[in-house]
Amino acid sequence: METYYDPKDLKNFGKIGEFGQELADKFFDYYGNVFKDSALSAREKSLIALAVAHAVQCPYCIDAYTSDTLEKGYTEEQLMEAVHVTTAIRGGASLVHSVQMMKQAKKLMM
Amino acid sequence: MKSLFASHNPLATPAVQLDVLHKLALTPFSERIKSAGLDEIKPLPISILQVNLGKMCNQTCKHCHVDAGPDRKEIMSRETMEQCLSALRGSTIQTVDLTGGAPEMNPHFRWFVEELTALNKHVIVRCNLTIILANKKYHDLPDFFKAHHVEVVSSLPHFTALRTDRQRGEGVFLKSIEALQKLNAVGYGIVGSGLLLNLVYNPTGAILPSDQKGLEAEFKLRLKTEFNIDFNALFSITNMPISRYLEFLMESGNLEAYMEKLVEAFNPLSAQNVMCRNTISVGWDGTLYDCDFNQMLELPVNSTKTNIRDFDEQALGLRSICVDDHCYGCTAGAGSSCGGEIA
Repeated sequence: METYYDPKDLKNFGKIGEFGQELADKFFDYYGNVFKDSALSAREKSLIALAVAHAVQCPYCIDAYTSDTLEKGYTEEQLMEAVHVTTAIRGGASLVHSVQMMKQAKKLMM
Repeated sequence: MKSLFASHNPLATPAVQLDVLHKLALTPFSERIKSAGLDEIKPLPISILQVNLGKMCNQTCKHCHVDAGPDRKEIMSRETMEQCLSALRGSTIQTVDLTGGAPEMNPHFRWFVEELTALNKHVIVRCNLTIILANKKYHDLPDFFKAHHVEVVSSLPHFTALRTDRQRGEGVFLKSIEALQKLNAVGYGIVGSGLLLNLVYNPTGAILPSDQKGLEAEFKLRLKTEFNIDFNALFSITNMPISRYLEFLMESGNLEAYMEKLVEAFNPLSAQNVMCRNTISVGWDGTLYDCDFNQMLELPVNSTKTNIRDFDEQALGLRSICVDDHCYGCTAGAGSSCGGEIA
């Protein structure tokens, strides 16, 4: 069955330079540096990446960072808590707009 | 849980395991090392003699490459241990690494450690921790280890009960914690005591170990704050695609992806530092191997003398190390050895 997403495509991510090497090189160099141990550890960054992967709903990133966080010793419970953080922020982003809705409704209504 | 051997599983046969790996049609490991500019993996002077005292164990861990368990009866005889001692007497080998199964279950274990200590060898015991609590006769093992200044290396795949018990069996985590506290109580893992207590991390699943330093920091923090446990270092070890771990990979549908991951992560630097270069592994029956994994696959050393009774250090130095596709497990990423990462 054909689908828009093929798990095997993830392995070919590194080949995007075929259509534009210079920017691809710059991106992968940047990516590599972002995930190095620095003010935040590589381990902490991996969990942030998992949460963001769920926010942007990227199936490739979800697969990659599920493995990566497990490999870095996080528990399944911690992975799920990270996704709840995503959900809280996404849900909160909608709900906080209700302040605008409430203001407008109060303005319009007697 | 029974061993593969006791449950008559075809995977108990080493040739079947190798056949499973060969059918994946990966780039053969021997070719991969050539394309990385290494003609072959060449031996260095032997510095470690790793002696497998037998397949008998009080645990039946799901990832065990030895297929060890309470139903395995193959153990090293005192005669073979004497042959190991003879080999060591005429050798410059400084470290003897005792493994199993649970090496302490061999009835000649304590005598062997005493003899090795008398030879002034550094002795490592790969202790599964729960053996210390398994029977009254093992309760004094921490004191015995201390008296002989043994380095203790113990598996603890995670700092949570859920993940440890999934790999090593129900209740193993809490028993391991109690055993670690007993080792700490006699000084093991305590700074300044000189008594080394190192832990081994094996992933609980079809994932690779990662970031040994980061994991060590997390293990130290969690074990100290939750259980007041101290240890020296964490060795991060990749699960080899053989025996019971191979069975897990096949049953869970992860074999192909796991092997692809190992092949893709091949690191020439790790390949240059693999433990088979400076180690010789002795099987329970005295047969010599390049490593404990080759031992379980029944791939003896490429030499005319393949038993400890005929130990010839010079001839072994000229051997060609026997490799096959399972070796990708030692060369992936930062690499893997009985002492953890190698690159």
